[in-house]
Amino acid sequence: MNIVACIKRVPTTDLQAKVGGDQKSLDSAGVQYMVSFYDEIAVEEAVRLKEKHGGEVTILSMGPSDAAKEIRECLAKGADKGVLLTDSEWDQRDALSTAKALKAKVEELGPNLVLTGRLATDHDNGAVGPMLATLLGWACVTDVIELEIDGDKGTAKRESESGVEIYDFQLPAVITCQKDLNEPRYAGLKGIMAAKKKPVEEAACEPGASQAEVTKLSVPPARKEGRIVGEGAAAVPALLDALRNEAKVL
Amino acid sequence: MTVITPTRYELPEIKHSFDLTEDQRMIQEMVRDFANQEVAPIAAEIDENHRFPLETWKKIVELGLPGIPFPEDLGGSNGGTLAYCLAVEEISRLCGSTGLTLAAHVSLGTYPIFAWGGDKLRADYVPKLIAGEYMGAYGLTEPGAGSDSGATRTTAVLDGDEYVLNGRKCFCTNATHSGTVIITAVTDKSLGPKGISAFVVPRDTPGFSLEKGEMKLGMRGSDWASLVFEDARIPRDHLLGPEGQGFSTFMKTLEGGRISIGALSLGIAQGAYDCALKYAKEREAFGKKLADQQAVGFKLANMAVEIEAARHLVYHSARLKDAGEDYGWKAAMAKLYASEVCMRASYDAIQIFGGYGFSREYPVERMWRDAKLCTIGEGTSEIQRVIISRKILRG
Repeated sequence: MNIVACIKRVPTTDLQAKVGGDQKSLDSAGVQYMVSFYDEIAVEEAVRLKEKHGGEVTILSMGPSDAAKEIRECLAKGADKGVLLTDSEWDQRDALSTAKALKAKVEELGPNLVLTGRLATDHDNGAVGPMLATLLGWACVTDVIELEIDGDKGTAKRESESGVEIYDFQLPAVITCQKDLNEPRYAGLKGIMAAKKKPVEEAACEPGASQAEVTKLSVPPARKEGRIVGEGAAAVPALLDALRNEAKVL
Repeated sequence: MTVITPTRYELPEIKHSFDLTEDQRMIQEMVRDFANQEVAPIAAEIDENHRFPLETWKKIVELGLPGIPFPEDLGGSNGGTLAYCLAVEEISRLCGSTGLTLAAHVSLGTYPIFAWGGDKLRADYVPKLIAGEYMGAYGLTEPGAGSDSGATRTTAVLDGDEYVLNGRKCFCTNATHSGTVIITAVTDKSLGPKGISAFVVPRDTPGFSLEKGEMKLGMRGSDWASLVFEDARIPRDHLLGPEGQGFSTFMKTLEGGRISIGALSLGIAQGAYDCALKYAKEREAFGKKLADQQAVGFKLANMAVEIEAARHLVYHSARLKDAGEDYGWKAAMAKLYASEVCMRASYDAIQIFGGYGFSREYPVERMWRDAKLCTIGEGTSEIQRVIISRKILRG
């Protein structure tokens, strides 16, 4: 079974984010990148499925040439090859143009299954996976916490706000991965050394014009300092008064 | 008038920088991640309980860390000395004991058999040590012979096709879980240091037993034990290197080991600095952050400078070894400097934390206790100065 795992490189989660001079994007000075948390889960699931059913795992990403580093990390964890769609304006593309660019490459690779994270931990959109499935005309299950593949059929358990849902679907399909699906492995020395010999293909892509545009980016205002209105039961009236009349939350 | 010309050292053409290759960087990041997730959470507990965390060791083996500097045909990954140092450094940043466990297993327990064991001993033991089937240990120190290792009293007498060992070794790191220990013993007393030989002793050799190690100041999550030999017989081919060359074998072993103790020291220093920096940015006194008080800022600046310098020395000596150059006295410099830096950095970190630093609630007092080992193990600071001064004065 051939699987494509789509990953995005995102700023590390400990980043002290600063807005850039254009007021529309992050100040990239000193920013370190990593594979988005949920995409790591997608890669792990892809490698586990390969170990169980055989086949090949291809890592597909869109980004600047530097993003080969994140692809290489996935190869160290057991994926077989990487494809990097280079796009100098990768961080300004909206979900739909990203999905279109990925779709063209996925069709060329012709996998049985596409796995990706439920969302990327930078913009938290969660849109590329379902859009990719729609463009391909494939089945799609999002936020998956359990996945079984048997021949050309699959069963996925997903978490929703109303409870756990179980779906049967036909391959090919796009699955977006939620936290509880698995625990990603460490690369290990053998994997890291083997990754050096695995191919990463760079291909230019033409995602087309974005239909959504970031017009302004700003850091949330700092939270006001808390105030202790008193102690014990005697403080309750003052607290109620503050919640009603100052915070206006009651 | 006497003209004093500056001493010129010949330096090999190696790029002096912190630039890492892609695989070195990936190893560094992977071990950092592993140390954060698996080593840090139990670091205080294993120290408190004097407990060797066998579960952590098994994970270290799964990751392949014991095989980093060894060739692929023995099960290693041929990653080089620098990559191995990066792994030791990253673990030691959060737990000195666990960093020491790895450093001693690789540099002392495995490397000598790889380097001087010949085809047979190498094939018999090195793959098992790399695969973590058992641990490796190195017994040099005796109750009466520490820095003065020429005073070794353990004896090895050839009897037919076997050597008969008698004597006692102490402070032997990783001995409890070892499958092999390497020891030094006198084969010809009349020859002094040239009458000392090295041997590989399988753990199940009759007449070879262990005694529980002493309680320790620091590195309490690392294992040590005493080795007791009472007419312990080992095959003649378990002689490591030629007879009478044990002294030079262990001197060379320690040269390599010192790079990893440098990395261990560097990790502890970095860990103490990281803690102190974080605390200084959070804690307020006299109406401003500690970090904004010059007395604290200067301490942090000194730590940063010394750690930077130590890192250059450690990485440089590792690169020299990887390049096949003479690295012995540079390794002594790296070990001496980095170990003294980690003492100062952890000491100052406690000072920045104040009363909290003195409490067991924060990790810096543990780092200070762990740091002390680094100025003693694999050659005290005084022995490093002997090595360096001899090189300067005698070439």
